[in-house]
Amino acid sequence: MPPVESRDLEKLAEYPFLVVSWVDDHDSPMSVATDFSVDATHRAVRLRTTAGAEAAIPTDRTVNVLGSHIRPTPGQGYDERRYLQLWGTATAGEDGSLTFTPTRAWGWDETEVPFFEYSERSVPQSRSYLAQLSAEKGRTIRPRLSLGWLLLRTTRLPFLSATAVPVLLGIAVAARGGAFDPWLALLTVVGAALAHLSINVSNDIFDTLSGADAANVNPTPFSGGSRVLLYDLLTMRQLIGVAVALFLGAAGVGLLLVWITGSMTLLVIGLVGFGLGLTYTAPPLKLVYRGLGEMAVALGFGPVMLLGSYVVQTGSLSWEAAVASVPVAILVAMILYVNEIPDRVGDAAAGKRTLPVRMRRESVITLYLAASVLAFVVVVVGVATGLLPVATLLCLLVAPLVWQVYGGLQRFYAQPYALMAVMGTNIKVHAYTGGLLLIGYVVAIVARLLSS
Amino acid sequence: MAWLPEPVERLLNEALVGELTVVGRHGEPITHPLIPLYDGEHVLMHSSTLFSRKLEHIKRNPHVAVALSDPVALRGLTDRATIIGTARIIEDDPHDQWERLILDLWRKKEPVIDAFLKMRVALPLFFERAVIDITPERCLYWAGGDTSQAPEITSAPREAAA
Repeated sequence: MPPVESRDLEKLAEYPFLVVSWVDDHDSPMSVATDFSVDATHRAVRLRTTAGAEAAIPTDRTVNVLGSHIRPTPGQGYDERRYLQLWGTATAGEDGSLTFTPTRAWGWDETEVPFFEYSERSVPQSRSYLAQLSAEKGRTIRPRLSLGWLLLRTTRLPFLSATAVPVLLGIAVAARGGAFDPWLALLTVVGAALAHLSINVSNDIFDTLSGADAANVNPTPFSGGSRVLLYDLLTMRQLIGVAVALFLGAAGVGLLLVWITGSMTLLVIGLVGFGLGLTYTAPPLKLVYRGLGEMAVALGFGPVMLLGSYVVQTGSLSWEAAVASVPVAILVAMILYVNEIPDRVGDAAAGKRTLPVRMRRESVITLYLAASVLAFVVVVVGVATGLLPVATLLCLLVAPLVWQVYGGLQRFYAQPYALMAVMGTNIKVHAYTGGLLLIGYVVAIVARLLSS
Repeated sequence: MAWLPEPVERLLNEALVGELTVVGRHGEPITHPLIPLYDGEHVLMHSSTLFSRKLEHIKRNPHVAVALSDPVALRGLTDRATIIGTARIIEDDPHDQWERLILDLWRKKEPVIDAFLKMRVALPLFFERAVIDITPERCLYWAGGDTSQAPEITSAPREAAA
């Protein structure tokens, strides 16, 4: 336990009273509240004496004093939680006053260590406690979640929007050219979703093995992995089983599509996607550890998904589909890129050299703005050259959100939990842009149908 | 059997925070602010497995003290009390045993807990919990909260403390 610093006494002085506790001769604790003042000069605390044989603060043993601001806000939980306890001894002055001289301190202040970080730092304690409890009870006792929540958490299901955008857009680009088979479209969506989820799960396995997830004590809903292994919600064996099942499902659907369409181009695209997904965190390539993760995600959730979906419908590649995939690719890479910002300390500790780990704060923020603006420039150029339908310019409506994220990064770069809202907005940039590009294509398709 | 003085029961029923003191590994006192619940006989506190050192301490030495001392946490009541007792840890199933035992009492004091429970997926280990079931044995009560005055001391009837 850390020794007492002047700062501890300054903090203690902010509490309105102290709870003083000690252990009596029968090994039983006793506590009593009392008023106090801090004597900073002598690094001591003057305690108001308490009365009664049982309640009198002793001077012959270790005493603990606690200042607490665990203040309930009825109906809302708590605010500004903090407490500080000091251990030491009390001595009685000639005038009967009590002076407490602390030697050790321990406390928590959520303005310094947010509750979620405090909880994450305590995960090893939970695991150790449950292991001990299992030994005591003679049966395995592990934390649990209901199956639905466990699946949601394990696969990180909400991130499927990153797949939905390029796949649906690829199908829409093909449909604009007159090629649309709804059953193939459905199979494509299912296969791509399985592939995405399998990548999520396998990345968790490799990030746990590398220690990256354990080193990250600031996970957010958008970053830090599913943590199902770290929390012992699943065993490694179970998680590998989930990953393999999802990979097999994705591969099965992919091969079925290749068989139905007879397209070798689709097979090549599928193999590239499989390779990118696996080598993203898996050794020996470990792309994300080498600062290539953003590029891998851009390729996988941009051209690979979009062109793959397009090829399923048409059997061939096209410049239009390739150009349409670029803004989607850039913006999905920016999701990962921004989500890596709060992870950068844990990532660096685990040797994961992502771009936010490699670059300075200012460069990271500037690159975000430049890349995101480029995504919209590509759409404008695509429309200007006649490759993309005019209605896709609707996506420019999302541009102000990029500015909002840029401002948020400048303000909250070093505050992981404050960044959560910024990360949420950044995910909207990708989803809304993709959605509006899709609407632009639907408008173009309807216009073509009406004019024919 | 209920024996705590009525004013102390009132403090227990109002308190949103109390201070639980346990005996640490080296015989030192350690104090934890926790929400105390009261079922009319026992004081019930609870702890996440994340912050479970206190549970380990109680298993080694079940003697505990609970101070009710903060007028804000006591929703305006200025009286103070310290309850001395023996604790046992209820931890057969940290996943949901606590819900059956104390959720209703917790909900009465903190209705917001239902909203937090719905977000269990976000912080699953926080809701893996053990119950600290305290049998009161002695009680010190300060009417008006002035601890520079000697407290009124009440002890459990012999059969209740047994």
